[in-house]
Amino acid sequence: MDRSQEHIRISDLTMAYGSFLIQKDLDFAINRSDIFIIMGGSGCGKSTLLKIMIGLKSPAKGDVFYDGVSFWDASGEEQEQRKREFGVLFQSGALFSSMTLAENIELALQLYTDLSAAERRDIASLKLALVGLKGFEDYYPNEISGGMKKRAGLARAMALDPEILFFDEPSAGLDPISSRRLDDLILELRESLGTTMVVVTHELASIFAIGSNSVFLDASQRTMTATGNPSTLLAETKDPTLRLFLTRGEKS
Amino acid sequence: MIAEPPTQDEWEHPQAVSQNTAANSEIRLGTDGGLCISLSGDWLLAGSLPEPDGVIGQLTSSSPAAISFDSAGLGNWDSGLVSYLVKIVAAARSSHWQISPDGLPEGVRGLIKLAFAVEEREGARRQEVRDPYLMRLGKSTLTWINGWREGLEFLGKSTIAFARFMTGRAQYQSSELWHLMQEAGAKAFGIVSLISFLVGMILAFVGAVQLTQFGAGIFVANLVGIAMAREMGAMMTAIIMAGRTGAAFAAQLGTMRVNEEIDALSAMGVDPMEFLVVPRMLALMVMMPLLSMYAFVMGVFGGLVVGVGMLDLTFTEYMRQTFQSVALTQIAIGVFKGLIFGVLVAVAGCMRGMQCGNSSQAVGMAATSAVVTSIVLIIVTDGLFAVMLNVLGI
Repeated sequence: MDRSQEHIRISDLTMAYGSFLIQKDLDFAINRSDIFIIMGGSGCGKSTLLKIMIGLKSPAKGDVFYDGVSFWDASGEEQEQRKREFGVLFQSGALFSSMTLAENIELALQLYTDLSAAERRDIASLKLALVGLKGFEDYYPNEISGGMKKRAGLARAMALDPEILFFDEPSAGLDPISSRRLDDLILELRESLGTTMVVVTHELASIFAIGSNSVFLDASQRTMTATGNPSTLLAETKDPTLRLFLTRGEKS
Repeated sequence: MIAEPPTQDEWEHPQAVSQNTAANSEIRLGTDGGLCISLSGDWLLAGSLPEPDGVIGQLTSSSPAAISFDSAGLGNWDSGLVSYLVKIVAAARSSHWQISPDGLPEGVRGLIKLAFAVEEREGARRQEVRDPYLMRLGKSTLTWINGWREGLEFLGKSTIAFARFMTGRAQYQSSELWHLMQEAGAKAFGIVSLISFLVGMILAFVGAVQLTQFGAGIFVANLVGIAMAREMGAMMTAIIMAGRTGAAFAAQLGTMRVNEEIDALSAMGVDPMEFLVVPRMLALMVMMPLLSMYAFVMGVFGGLVVGVGMLDLTFTEYMRQTFQSVALTQIAIGVFKGLIFGVLVAVAGCMRGMQCGNSSQAVGMAATSAVVTSIVLIIVTDGLFAVMLNVLGI
C-alpha cells in the first residue's frame, strides 16, 4: 500500500446549521492507510464534519473527494455505492438493539452480498473474534458493557471490509484501560488491513497514541488552524489555542 | 457544607457548636480610611441570612475609595456567605470601587475568585423577549406550514419507498416484517376482542331501550350489525391500534434516532424509509382490514348477548336478522376503511418517530404526537368517507 497516496480530500468546505456557521474554508487531504485525527474543542464541529464525510449531512459549500471523485456532486445511487466502502463506529456504538451482535454484523452482508446464512455467520464470528468478542454472537446490545458495545460496533463497521473506517469519539464513555485497548485495536487493524481511518476525538492520549496525521478545528475562529502529525504539532505550534488544547490547558 | 474546622473549645463543648448565632454584617470605617464590612455570626444556608441590598445601598450612597472585610467575628459559613459576598463584589466591580478580600477566610476568597474566574459570555444569558402579536402569528403560521410540508415530504418518501417494495427493489428484512405483523395483528387480538365486544353490547343496549318502545327490538341486530361492519369495527380498531401500535412505532423509531441507529443504517447505504417504515406500513395494511373484520364479528357477538339476554331473542333469530341486514358491501366498506386507517396509523407513527429529536423527552413527545395525529386523521378521514359514500349512495 502506498501511504503517500491521497485517499480523501476535503475541499473548500463550509459547514452550517441553517444560518449558523460552524466551520468554513476547510481544505485538507487524508492519505491512504492514515489514521487521521479530526480534533478540536467541544462544539467546534468535529462530528458534523464526520457526518458530511459519510453523507449524513450536506455541506453548505465545498465537497469531499474520495480517490479524486466528488461525493456530493455524485448521484444518489453513486453516493449509496460509495457508502458501502465506509465503515462507521458511532459514539454510542449505535448497535441495532433488536438484533444480536452477530445479526448486527450479518445485516450488511445480507443486504450487499450473496453469502449463505452459514457463511454470513462465519464472517460475523470472525469479525467479533477480531475485536475480542469471540463467543458473544448471540448476545443483545443491552446485555454487554459500554466498551464491548464499542468493539461490537467496530466489528459491524468492518463487516464489509471497508476501505475507510470512521470513528466518532471512540473513547467517549470508556475507562482508561478500555480506551487504551480500543486504541491498540485500531492500530492493529490499520497495520493488518491497511484501512484508512478517520477518527473524531478530543482525547489527548488517543490522539498521540494512534494519530499519524490530524487537523485542528478552532471553535472561536470557526476554521481549521493546523494540520500535521499531532506530536509534531505539539513540538512546533505557535498557535496558543492549539498549544492549550494539546497540553490540556497548560500555559507555556 | 464548607465550614471552618472547630476550635479546641468547640471540640470540648460540642453543645456550643449546634447553637448557631445569627449572621450579621455591618459597615464601619476601616483603618485605611475606606469602609470595612464586618461579618459576624454563623452564615449558613440552613439559618437566616441578611440580604446584601442594604449593605450595597449604604456603599452606593457613600461611594468609598476602598472596601475591606473583617471576619474576626465570623463563625461557621457555607455558600450562603459566598453568595452574599459575590453580590457585593459584583456591585463593587461595576461601580469601580477598590475592594480587598484579604480580611476574608482563605476558603471564601478562593470561592469568590472561582466565581469571577470566567467572564460571562456575551449573549449567554437568556432574555425573555415577547414578540409582538403579528410576529407570533407569523411564526405560528410558518411552523404550521412547515409541519404540513414535512408531513407531505414524509408521505412522498414513504410512497417512493413503498413503490420500490412493490417492484422488489426495497431493502428490508422479511423476518422483521413477519415479526411486526405478529405484533400488530395476533398480539392485538385480546384488546380488539374486548373493546369490540363491549362496543357491540353498548350499541345494542342503546338501541334496545329505544327500539323496544316501538316493538321493534329485533332491529337491534340490524343496528349493531351495520354499525359494526360499516363504522365502529374499523374505527375502534384503528383507535386501539393508534394507541397501541402507532405509539410503539413512534417510540421505537424515536429511540433508534436517539441511539444513532438510523444514522448507522444511512451510513451503511440503507434507506431507513425502506428498511424501517415500509415493513411497518405493510404490517398495518395487512393486519388492520383483518382486525376490522374480526372486530365486526366480536361486536355482533356483543349485540347477541344483549339481544338474547335482554330482548328474549333466540340465537337463530338474532343471527338471521344480522345476516339479512348486513350486506357484503357494508363489510367491504369496513375492510376498506380498515386498510386506509392502517396506512394512516402507520404513517403517523413512523413520521413522528423519524422526526423525533435527540432526547428521551422527544421520544415521549413523538409517541404522544403519533397517537394524537393518528386519531385526528382517523376521525377526519372517516368523516370524508361518510360524505363520499353518501354522495355515491352506498
